[in-house]
Amino acid sequence: MSHAWTQNLLYLTLLLGLAYPLGAYMAGVLEGGRTFLHPILRPLERGLYRLMGIREEDEMGWKAYAWSITLIKLLGLVAMFLLMKTQAALPLNPEHQGNVATGLSFNTAVSFITNTNWQAYSGETTLSYLTQMLGLTVQNFLSAATGIAVLAALIRGITRRSATGLGNAWVDLVRGTLYILLPLSFVFALFLVSQGVIQNLSAYLHTAGGQVLAMGPAASQVAIKMLGTNGGGFFGANAAHPFENSSPLSNFVQMLSILLIPAALCVTFGRMVQDRRQGWALLAAMTVLFVAALAVCTQAEVKGNPALDSLGVTQVAGIDKPGGNMEGKELRFGPGGSALWATATTAASSGSVNAMHDSFTPLGGLVPLWLMQLGEVVFGGVGSGLYGMLMFALVAVFIGGLMVGRTPEYLGKKVEAFEMKMASLAILLPCAAVLIGTAISVLVPAAAASVGNPGPHGFSQILYAWSSASNNNGSAFAGLNANTPFYNDGLAIAMLLGRFGVIWPVLALAGSLAKKKHTPEGLGTLPTHTPLFVGVLIGVVVLVGALTFIPALALGPVAEHLSLRSLR
Amino acid sequence: MNLQIRPALIAFIALSALTGLAYPLGITGLARALFPHQAEGSLVRRDGQVIGSEWIGQSFTAPRDFWGRPSATVDAQGRPLPYNGANSGGSNLAPSNPDLRKAVQGRIAALRAADPEATGPVPVDLVTASGSGLDPHISPASALFQVHRVALARELDEATVRRLVAAHVEGAQWGVLGESRVNVLKLNLALDDQFGANGRKSR
Repeated sequence: MSHAWTQNLLYLTLLLGLAYPLGAYMAGVLEGGRTFLHPILRPLERGLYRLMGIREEDEMGWKAYAWSITLIKLLGLVAMFLLMKTQAALPLNPEHQGNVATGLSFNTAVSFITNTNWQAYSGETTLSYLTQMLGLTVQNFLSAATGIAVLAALIRGITRRSATGLGNAWVDLVRGTLYILLPLSFVFALFLVSQGVIQNLSAYLHTAGGQVLAMGPAASQVAIKMLGTNGGGFFGANAAHPFENSSPLSNFVQMLSILLIPAALCVTFGRMVQDRRQGWALLAAMTVLFVAALAVCTQAEVKGNPALDSLGVTQVAGIDKPGGNMEGKELRFGPGGSALWATATTAASSGSVNAMHDSFTPLGGLVPLWLMQLGEVVFGGVGSGLYGMLMFALVAVFIGGLMVGRTPEYLGKKVEAFEMKMASLAILLPCAAVLIGTAISVLVPAAAASVGNPGPHGFSQILYAWSSASNNNGSAFAGLNANTPFYNDGLAIAMLLGRFGVIWPVLALAGSLAKKKHTPEGLGTLPTHTPLFVGVLIGVVVLVGALTFIPALALGPVAEHLSLRSLR
Repeated sequence: MNLQIRPALIAFIALSALTGLAYPLGITGLARALFPHQAEGSLVRRDGQVIGSEWIGQSFTAPRDFWGRPSATVDAQGRPLPYNGANSGGSNLAPSNPDLRKAVQGRIAALRAADPEATGPVPVDLVTASGSGLDPHISPASALFQVHRVALARELDEATVRRLVAAHVEGAQWGVLGESRVNVLKLNLALDDQFGANGRKSR
């Protein structure tokens, strides 16, 4: 039989098991505690602060924090854009890749600074090794560190009383990079090479038989691409490419690395608010949603494509064959390893793929689509997933408060009109970008012409692109030709809105919470660590997602699913 | 905001140098020292020449070879070029796309034409394109499906070929991860090595 279900179970066990120690470690880092890496990294860290001319104990208000984050992202945008526009004249370009077109450079730069990693190009035919390293790899680190930093600021907003400072953005960025992302990536990259993922600076290899093999420093980029929920592939086929994801073991560990930091940050959260149950409650809500999505996707992909049933193929799994829907999938991963990846990568804001989502069955493809539309809060991106989920938690206590007629509180802070406005903005802006972008694309002939599959699936391709960009995921129904002026510019705007349109309200909310006094728990307080609250939170997430997107989903994947039976 | 420009600029430059140069170049050096074979692409050599990578599939079309999975890769002009290791990608055909049905039908017809006696149902992995277009593996069932054709073309005993296939089956890793599979390039090379590249026993 297919090992899909056993593999899923092993995955969840290991994920939750590893989240605990890593979460505890990260809490220590973000609170400025000493770690076992201090003897090596602390001098480097202090040297960086001295160069930057900052003191690590300096506090920033929410506006200074938000501007700092925005500034360094803008610098990244400019640097990456220039790098792509001039790569032909720069070193480490053995294949003489030409300069990248302006629209595509802009789209790609935006995509990588926003942790989206949407790719309207194919790495091995477009980018030099220098661009991959100094452009893409750097942004993979920085955008993940940004997520961690913004989350840390929000948590400080919750825990501090009558304060204006949220911490120091530079210290948070540097610590997140030095003590969390770099050491993990270092070990992970070497592990990947041991499994067959390549790491070299050689020119493409021409074999005796005339096959050309793309080369490059893949492993170092893949490690942070996975750990930082970035997801941008070194190669066009992303993690389906054997040089990017070789063995089933490398596949399994890469899948773990998608959700590892986001899951562990829930533990970090519990520790930093000094009530570990609060972190477990959020983790529980995420896990329930994830398991449900995973079950649907796995079942759909393992079952196969009904349209092929009558042709004389067997899609039944056996001891010697994976069966299932194998179009666009790698044999070594099978439908199980591909469905698990697809669920994890869209629950998080990774967007890496080890199989082509465009060829998934309608229901198997609906799962990634819907997980993105929920706002990437089921584990979600590094940092961004948890701060997104905390927005939903605020809405949940607000609704709970309305029901009993009390002023809602979360972790001792009163949730009032301003907080609700900011939380609603952070939740609704990406939703609006998805629906408006999709509607415009359907109406503009040049945009609708990019569709690569007939019927309802064509609509799904457009909906997927906007869902992916607006929620900073980056995966695609890749049959859509997205390298056009319309999509390059339009999706870039959606990506910026999906990142900064969430970060700014979140930080404003953090600033407002920090100023408040602590409200002691009373009889009317809704406890936020109970199964009841977990249920309410799941309900809010599902309800918002369902109310916003069910009509669109009905036109795409649901209609395709119903029509598929008739093709038999 | 002005106060933050200097730290932003220096943080960006310093972190770029660290994560964009020191880190990838350091990994490159360490990878070369610790895992030179893998870092360079797990290359397969015969008579001193590189003939491929054990991780990258190749296009086999002769009846005497085992065939890999269909590949949707294209050349720089967008024309079909199966197993193009310099431009990975899948077909991105939707399950409901009539072109997918047609393509699968055509591949089944080709398999049946190459071996009219192979009348059983075709394992789905043998007639669907992989995501990378470079899949080095087929399922053991897909290899067994081709044994009759290969044995006939190489004038070998079917049981001999079947034994060789069995020896090349890699099980799911740790019994749980991934799927059982056969590396097509390695299997074909083993056939050539043991029975001669011309299809006759050389020993």
